This record gives sequence, C-alpha cells and structure tokens, in this order.
Amino acid sequence: LRIAIVDENPARAAVIEEGLAASGLTDVTLFTQRHGLVAQIERLMPDVVLIDLANPRRDELEELFIVSRAIATPIAMFVDQADSHAIEAAIDAGVSAYVVDGLKPERIKPIIDVAIKRFNAFARLRAELDDAKSQLAEHKSIDAAKALLMMKRGIDEPAAYALLRKSAMDSGRRIADVADALLTAEKLLGGL
Amino acid sequence: MSLDIVRLGFLPLVDAALPILARELGYAEEEGIELRLIRDMSWATVQDRLLYGHSDAAHMVAPLAIATTLGLGRPAASLSVPFVLGLNGNAITLRPELAAKITEVGRPGNIKEIGAQLRALANEAKALGKPLRLGVVHRYSSHNYMLRYWLMRCGIDPNADVEIVTIAPPFAADALEAMEVDGICVGAPWNSVAVERGVGVVVATTSQIWRRGVEKALAMRTDWMEAESALAHRLIRALYRAGIAFIDPARIEQIGEILSRPEYLDGSAEAIKRVTQDYVLFAKGFEPVQIPDFMFQHREAANFPWVSQAAWLYAQMVEAKHVMPNAADYVAAQGVFRPDVYRSALGPMGVPLPGASSKLEGGISGPTGVGSIQGRLILGTDSFFDGQSFDPEAFGKLLAQ
Repeated sequence: LRIAIVDENPARAAVIEEGLAASGLTDVTLFTQRHGLVAQIERLMPDVVLIDLANPRRDELEELFIVSRAIATPIAMFVDQADSHAIEAAIDAGVSAYVVDGLKPERIKPIIDVAIKRFNAFARLRAELDDAKSQLAEHKSIDAAKALLMMKRGIDEPAAYALLRKSAMDSGRRIADVADALLTAEKLLGGL
Repeated sequence: MSLDIVRLGFLPLVDAALPILARELGYAEEEGIELRLIRDMSWATVQDRLLYGHSDAAHMVAPLAIATTLGLGRPAASLSVPFVLGLNGNAITLRPELAAKITEVGRPGNIKEIGAQLRALANEAKALGKPLRLGVVHRYSSHNYMLRYWLMRCGIDPNADVEIVTIAPPFAADALEAMEVDGICVGAPWNSVAVERGVGVVVATTSQIWRRGVEKALAMRTDWMEAESALAHRLIRALYRAGIAFIDPARIEQIGEILSRPEYLDGSAEAIKRVTQDYVLFAKGFEPVQIPDFMFQHREAANFPWVSQAAWLYAQMVEAKHVMPNAADYVAAQGVFRPDVYRSALGPMGVPLPGASSKLEGGISGPTGVGSIQGRLILGTDSFFDGQSFDPEAFGKLLAQ
C-alpha cells in the first residue's frame, strides 16, 4: 500500500510515519510543504492519503480526487454508515483520510487506527509540553515576586512566599496571578 | 441566566460578518446564546465538523449545502439553509498582462464586451495548447457557478475551452504570481490582496454577472435544526440583527475593526471597510470604485432563503456536469432552502416576510413591491448580465421530460 501523509507539522508527520512503519507499512511519503502539493500527490498516485483535518489545501485535494479519479473518495464513503463513530474518532483526533477506489475496508482500518492513535498521542504530548512551559513561566514570576518583596520589605524568602500565599488565599486567586499582579504594579509604579 | 452554547464554523472571509457581529455586538447573548465561532481554513473541514458534531451550524458556500444533501463527495447528509448570510461580494481577477488585453485596467467595464474579448484570449490560449486556467474557491461554490454562467454566455465552454481548478483563497494571489493560474474568482478580501500585490487586476465582479447572486448560507444539520428548533430560531434572530448592524453607516469603522481582528479575518481593516461599503480596487495605483450592490448582506430581505435560489444553483450544477439531471434531486436541492423556518423565526420580530417562497430569478428590472405576509417589501433589480431570467418551474418541467 502506498501512503501519503500531508501535514504542515513535520514532527507530527514523522510520528505517524513511525507508527505506520511499526505496523509494517513502509511505502510512506511525507508532504510538509504547501507548495506544489496537489501536483506532487497527483504524480505519486497513493492508495491512501492521510491529512491533518485543518490543512488549508483540503478543498484543492478533494477537487483533484474527484477530477483525476486518482484517489476516489474521502474515508467517510468507505465506512458503513452504522460505523460512523470511526469517522468521528478520526475527526476528533484531527485527521482525515482519502482512499483509492476499490480498496477493501479491512485494509484501511489499521491505517486509520494508527493515524488516530498517533494524532491523539501527539496532541497529548503537545498539551503536556504547553503545561510544562506555563508551569515554568509561573515559577519564574513567583520567584521574581518573592525577590521583589524580600528587597522592598527586608524579609527572608519563606516570609515573602508566605505573604504571597496569604494574599492569594485572601483574594481567592492563584499565587502565580498575585505574583504577576505584583510585578505589573512594580513595572508601573516602580519609580515612585 | 445560563446561556445555550451554539458552535458555528466559518472561514475568514468578509461575508462571515453576520455570525461574527452576532457574537461581538451582543445579539447572540441577548438571545441567550453563547456563540462559539470555530475558524477553519478549508470548506472540507467546516463541512466535516458540521457533519460529525464539532459544530452546530456553519457559514458555508451555498452550493456545498446542496451537494452535501445530495451526497456528492460525502455520504448524503441532510443540511438545511434557513437563512442566507449574504449575496455576491466576489470578483474575477486576471493576471495584469491578460487583463490589459480585455478590459480598461482600473475601472469596471461592460462585462459582455469584456467576455467577448476573453473569448478571443481563451481561444488563442487553447490553440497554443495552454488553455487558460481559472481558479475558484471550491468545486461546489457560487464562485464556480457564477464564473461558468458568465463564460458560457460569452461563448466560452467552461468544460472545454478553459480549465477550472480549485484554489484556496489564501493562496490565490500566490498562484497568480507564480503563473499557476491565469485568473481567480474569489471573495473579499482576496481580490484586493492580489491587486495590492500587483499580481492581479479585477475584470468583473459577480454582482455584474447576477445583481442578486446567492453566496454564503447559514447551514445546519436538518436533524439538529428540528430537534433544537427554538435555539435555531434564536440564532436566526441574532443573525438578522447583525444584518441590520452591518448596513448601519455609523458602524463602518467598528465593523472593520472587529472583522480585522486576529481571531477573525486577521487582515487589513482598511481593505475590509472598503468592501463593506461596496468599493472595489480594480488595479494597483487606481482609486477604488463603488460598485452598486457589490456586497449585499441584508437589505431587501437578502437573508431570505428563496427556494428559487437553490433551484438556480442546482441548474448550474447540471450545466457544469457536477450532477446527472434528476427530477427527484431537483426537489431535494430546493428543499435545502427553508423559508418556512426563516418565517417562524423572524415573524415575531415583525420584520417584512415575503409571501412567496420562490420567484422568477432575474425577473426584476427596477424597484418592485412584492407580496408580503407582514411589512412592506420592495425588491430592486436582480438581473443577470445577459438579460435572461431563471424560471424554477420551467426548469422542473424540462427535467421531468
């Protein structure tokens, strides 16, 4: 089976490629650039195209698939209407697929399953990374706020932290938010 | 009071204005709706989200709602259009050196004559084995059908004399510059983008082809619309009030600012303001020219889903060979437009409601009073450039033969 992966996120495309390879599918071509995409897909004549749901080139590709009959139909046409939750799972994961006419559904299913799993795993990784980043940013502002309090009030670090925490509890806010507010105020009023 | 959530998909185009304004000017909230707008970059994604439950409603090229209902390219799924989000607003832009051969650059011309010149150009290109390539935003778009209507009636066979391809609007200017296409038919603000970059010259607007051409629709799954009919009615009322705001001259600045925001069109407020006032920049270095009714979003019951508009679109799908002519499909296509829902939703607001659901399209040559259930309604010229009109009943009889 010849598979094309179209994704402007090269990292995610690579993760899917790896997943397919683990299932023994190695005839895989990645497309991560917008330019010339439609013509390249037309030349490759893949059996299956996996494409990120939000890809801006989808309308052009669908037109190509209708006109050239190279790849006939969106995956939705393949799945039994009663089994439409398979498509929903794909859409939820953010992946859509186009499949050449005449291919048996049981050959498609494993590919779609891999794509869904890998897309979901990638989204989780991304969320964890964002989480870690924002935690890091919060730590930084809390540290800066502590240092500011220590300097201005002449107190030690535990006392500065206790002050931030008390203020957060009293106002029903998060410590990081109180720290941010303090730093903003210092920026505005610092010279006074 | 807790708000009901309605999720609405859209593409970053000026004619997504009504949903955006319904949210930003508070009309949705006043109807008890938290309107969540989901921006995408392709109609395929807007369509998938609507079909598989990521959204409840969508800003959609009107013919795509019909194509979806008929099962073209997807398993058939019944969509309904209870409200039209606007008429026209599109233009045809050619590479500057080609435009110079067929029109007086920088200003609007007589599109019959321009079409005749285009025919000579198309024949020449075809004879050289390199037929003109024209990009439209989607296979099932009004852009495609309006362009085809014009070409066909200027003696250019859209299926044989030129190549029509799909091109996503954000890449249309690039494609013109790279000479991948010779012309584009796209909506605002993308013609302006090509013109300001000096890679395109506007030769015609779609309002010149059909003065009242149906463009974007509010599409929803028919089962959702029926199960949530009260909520659907509230959404329609909020959109109607956004329409009133859109044509309020006092709000031009505000609307330009809102639409240009990064989460919506992420574009130039100046260019957006220009098109909302019907000004079109035909070529770089020229003054924008006001084209009457270039973008027709609300006046004269423009939001009313005339069944005859759906009929016209189906007739064009037949002409483009996108569907095999079929009387049952013709009925199904017309059934997508739901004036009954429009009336139920807006009746209580006291807005003018047309008495008929279908009309002779292109049959009005000057301001004409039309029968209404309530309110006074005067419709202006809705002519086609070739002076013909479209009679949905006659087309039905033709199909039945």
